[in-house]
Amino acid sequence: MTHPRSSIADPVIRVRGLRKVYGDVEAVRGIDLDVARGEVFALLGPNGAGKTTTLEILEGYRVRTGGDVSVLGVDPARRDPGFLARIGICLQATGIERYLTVREVLELYAGYYPRPRPVSELLDTVELQDAAGTLVRRLSGGQRRRLDLALALAGDPELLYLDEPTTGFDPEARRGAWDLVRSFRGAGRTVILTTHQMDEAEALADRIGVMVDGRIVALGTAGEIVGGRATGTHIRWRTSRASVDGPMAASEPSTLAGSLVQHEPDGGRSLRTDDPSRALHELTGWAMTQGVVLDDLRVGRATLEDAYLELVAAHGRDVSSDAP
Amino acid sequence: MKALHLIVHQVRAEDRAFRRNPTAAFFTFTFPLLFLVLVAGAPDLGGLDGTRFYVPAIATFSVVNACFTAVAMNVALARDHGVLKRVHGTPMPMWTWLVARMVHSTIVAGALVVIVIAVGALLLQVPLPLTGVPVLVVAVILGAACCCALGLAVAGIIPNAAAAPAVVNAIALPLYVVSDVFVQLDAGSPLAAIGSLFPVAHLARLLHVAWTPDLAGFDIVDLLWLVGWGVAGLLLAVRTFRWEPRT
Ligand SMILES: Nc1ncnc2c1ncn2[C@@H]1O[C@H](COP(=O)(O)OP(=O)(O)OP(=O)(O)O)[C@@H](O)[C@H]1O
Ligand SMILES: [Mg+2]
Repeated sequence: MTHPRSSIADPVIRVRGLRKVYGDVEAVRGIDLDVARGEVFALLGPNGAGKTTTLEILEGYRVRTGGDVSVLGVDPARRDPGFLARIGICLQATGIERYLTVREVLELYAGYYPRPRPVSELLDTVELQDAAGTLVRRLSGGQRRRLDLALALAGDPELLYLDEPTTGFDPEARRGAWDLVRSFRGAGRTVILTTHQMDEAEALADRIGVMVDGRIVALGTAGEIVGGRATGTHIRWRTSRASVDGPMAASEPSTLAGSLVQHEPDGGRSLRTDDPSRALHELTGWAMTQGVVLDDLRVGRATLEDAYLELVAAHGRDVSSDAP
Repeated sequence: MKALHLIVHQVRAEDRAFRRNPTAAFFTFTFPLLFLVLVAGAPDLGGLDGTRFYVPAIATFSVVNACFTAVAMNVALARDHGVLKRVHGTPMPMWTWLVARMVHSTIVAGALVVIVIAVGALLLQVPLPLTGVPVLVVAVILGAACCCALGLAVAGIIPNAAAAPAVVNAIALPLYVVSDVFVQLDAGSPLAAIGSLFPVAHLARLLHVAWTPDLAGFDIVDLLWLVGWGVAGLLLAVRTFRWEPRT
């Protein structure tokens, strides 16, 4: 498999042929990846694809089974304190001292780093000023996650690892976290993140890697990933029976403009076509003559999610286990 | 110097969290003192001067409880809750965190011994171990360090947080019984012989000796047992330590 733009001059992260085996589970099966300085890179992929494993190898937590890895010019597996002082890690799931307040935890972790960021600044960045005096055990899930983010920033890192950073965030907090990532990157620093939310990847990432079953199956900008795959125009709609007397199902078209109509799990219909004018003409014609109301009719380009699902279906062993 | 600074930084945070944690405070502080006041109500235990026996006995219990039990449980919980993993991702070396944990437990043990002595003197009229102070100080410090090291070693073999109390108590409770902590054994009894293989009995002996006016029965070998078990505990801990929960 060829990876477009997998080679970058002077990358912050450089991975060649990375493999990781846990017992008899092959979690990572040979990946190549370069992340440039100043870039936001997103790893997408179904549960168990190997995203966290890859990140944890790049963070120095895990020893790889094979391949070459260089991060900020060193091998993370050596766990050099100088290297660890230059990175910030927001793990997918991890604990915090429960009987300290938010401010105390930040002061504690800031004290681990040679050049920490001021605690008041960290509180502002994740908007936890009002919870500064609250014990960690009394924080809500989203507040804890924001504290995780603040802790990742405590040492003023030049490379930030975010493993599903916005899980559990309300929409406003999610925007806040996006702003945080953007301003972090704006300062010329690098971010590698994982997410199950396509809009998050599209909003933040310069480039995206789609990982399925331990391999990177697509790599590039969102546009490049969509462009090469889910082509054509997507038409989506629902039918309402409100105005229908006769049996509608019998007359419902199974193809439009020669393309197959897909039945979505939620009861909606969708279609991908290279001839949208004809497909829409046929669809609306049918709806008019049958007196069917087309609810929620949408016409648009294929999305990253379409491309993603197609990639997972093509490369995955079991798509049904993909539950973001 | 930098490491020392980090350890102090960590001990202070550890202490704050400890004071706020009701379970930790109860089991470490209230429990031994409650125990002391209760047994003081039954002074003629087995015809012995029960109260005078129980002050050094409960001082021993306090040290083992604050160091062995607390370190084993606390490290196992920190590992299962992911705190160790988070620390492992920072430039602070893991050993600094662990040393801070042990230093804090040793401080707590020292404070407890002082409180037990004070309660014994004020409430129960047990004389202060004035001539025994040097023995007391050395025994408490070595005993605490030894128990901390063993606690760290045991933390590594605790499969998960839910099993921690069972594993720790399965080790500590029998040791209290055979080590002149809960009851005074006959010197030649088989239980006492078994107990003398383990550090708790030697710590208890040193503390009992500290209360005798002429330090009769002081034996440097007791101190060597503590050092030996402490070193063994550290070597074992290096092998058993994990920052990640068992999967
Ligand atoms: N510590 C471990 N020991 C054994 N197997 C593991 C371990 N960690 C992960 N695995 C296995 O490796 C595979 C990849 O897991 P990983 O956590 O990297 O996936 P992921 O892409 O991050 O998934 P998710 O989206 O659910 O977070 C899975 O099959 C998982 O069961
Ligand atoms: Mg993961």
